[in-house]
Amino acid sequence: MSRLLPPLLLSLLLLAVWEIACRSLQVPAYFLPPPSAVAVSLVERAPLLAGSALQTFRMALQALLAATLIGGGLALAVSMNRPAERAVRPLAVALQVTPVVAIAPLVVIWSGLDHPDRAVVALAAAVAFFPIFSGVLTGLKSAEPDLERLFDLYGASPLQRLVRLRAPAALPFALEGLRVAAGLAVIGAVVAEFVSGSGATQGLAWRLLEAGNRLRTADMLAALVCLMAMGLALNAGVALLERRCRALLA
Amino acid sequence: MRYPGRAPLGPVDLVVEPGEILAVIGPSGAGKSTALRLLAGLERPAQGAAAVADPRHLAFVFQAPTLMPWADALANVALPLELAGVDRGEARRRALAALVAVGLGDRPDARPRQLSGGMAMRVSLARALVTEPRLLLLDEPFAALDSVTRRRLIEDLHRLWAARAPRPAIVFVTHDVEEAVYLAGRSVVLDAATGRVASEHQHPGSLPRPPGWRAEPAFRTAVERLADALADAMPGSGVDA
Repeated sequence: MSRLLPPLLLSLLLLAVWEIACRSLQVPAYFLPPPSAVAVSLVERAPLLAGSALQTFRMALQALLAATLIGGGLALAVSMNRPAERAVRPLAVALQVTPVVAIAPLVVIWSGLDHPDRAVVALAAAVAFFPIFSGVLTGLKSAEPDLERLFDLYGASPLQRLVRLRAPAALPFALEGLRVAAGLAVIGAVVAEFVSGSGATQGLAWRLLEAGNRLRTADMLAALVCLMAMGLALNAGVALLERRCRALLA
Repeated sequence: MRYPGRAPLGPVDLVVEPGEILAVIGPSGAGKSTALRLLAGLERPAQGAAAVADPRHLAFVFQAPTLMPWADALANVALPLELAGVDRGEARRRALAALVAVGLGDRPDARPRQLSGGMAMRVSLARALVTEPRLLLLDEPFAALDSVTRRRLIEDLHRLWAARAPRPAIVFVTHDVEEAVYLAGRSVVLDAATGRVASEHQHPGSLPRPPGWRAEPAFRTAVERLADALADAMPGSGVDA
């Protein structure tokens, strides 16, 4: 409770300042509506926003799953073979440094213009891929060198080494990667929705666009609040998973 | 053996008799640990060859306990057996017996971080002994421990060694002269510059040591002699300071 109190108080203070400033300065609602208007929008549009949030959440989660399977699997395969790692790593970095906004239009075309949801999942997975790949690969090689030597000494098979040494050593790194990837997956999903620009996905980004086009700023901010809450929830979920695993391991 | 940027070391000629305890002592950088790792086949020489001991009868104890932090003491000790294909129940039973032998029979489910440095080293020792090796290699295993814990562990090592039939041969690396004389029946001193055996010393008395043996003149004399030999093997020895 004492940990939650300071940020809560600060948020309330900022909201109060915002509300008072909007009213006393008579700021136009299309420019900056007061928090009370945003709250009204949140309540009025709750069913719509909840549906959209669920849609975006589902796509981000699918992307996270795909990124985990592909990134984790590739890291595992590459960790067994040094030349393969040297070959793959620069490509993975290239994918990571390419701005997702820049590749979004391409992915939208490739996924088929009638399937923006596929583009959203693919793009979100593309941005979530690197932290998982990098985390798992680093983790698989993080075991204490003398423990590796001990496994040499006792003639461990590659599978025994993986299951009993490298995988447990990699788990904390993989979870750290997953946490970063979860945040990125949401960003990727929203960017892809923006770029695809059609209402077919019906996610939160679409609510944002739609409200923006109509200059309904309070509705925009309400969608933004939902997006923020979703990101926090996802982050908290992965953090919880991380803590559970750490307790199990250490 | 050869490391980049420095002169090659050795060859190191070590003959270890069955059941013997041999100390390898030398200044830092003489290649003591490397010689031990080469013997175990843990490292390969860049040039030349190392005669590697048969890994099936070999165990190695590192300077740090080198335990898997995510596994409890019992699982750590059972590891060599399970890797060798011994079935889980049998491996755990023998691992527990090994833990009892090192005095940790009541802590099989302790994680490494819950153990003191001395206890973790005992788990490491139990893991080395669980396979009943004929040759036990120890790389400065007590260097990081306080002196009381170190003496206790040395006594335990003697006791464990003497209790086994046949007794395993033990080769241990140290830079502590007293430890070498007390623990081993024989010491070889490696030369810092060449990495070769500079001198060899038979220690008096029998193993395990009787109580109070550290106060005996024979022990003190042997320690002084070995300390002189070690000083001779230091880099720059023979040059006036």
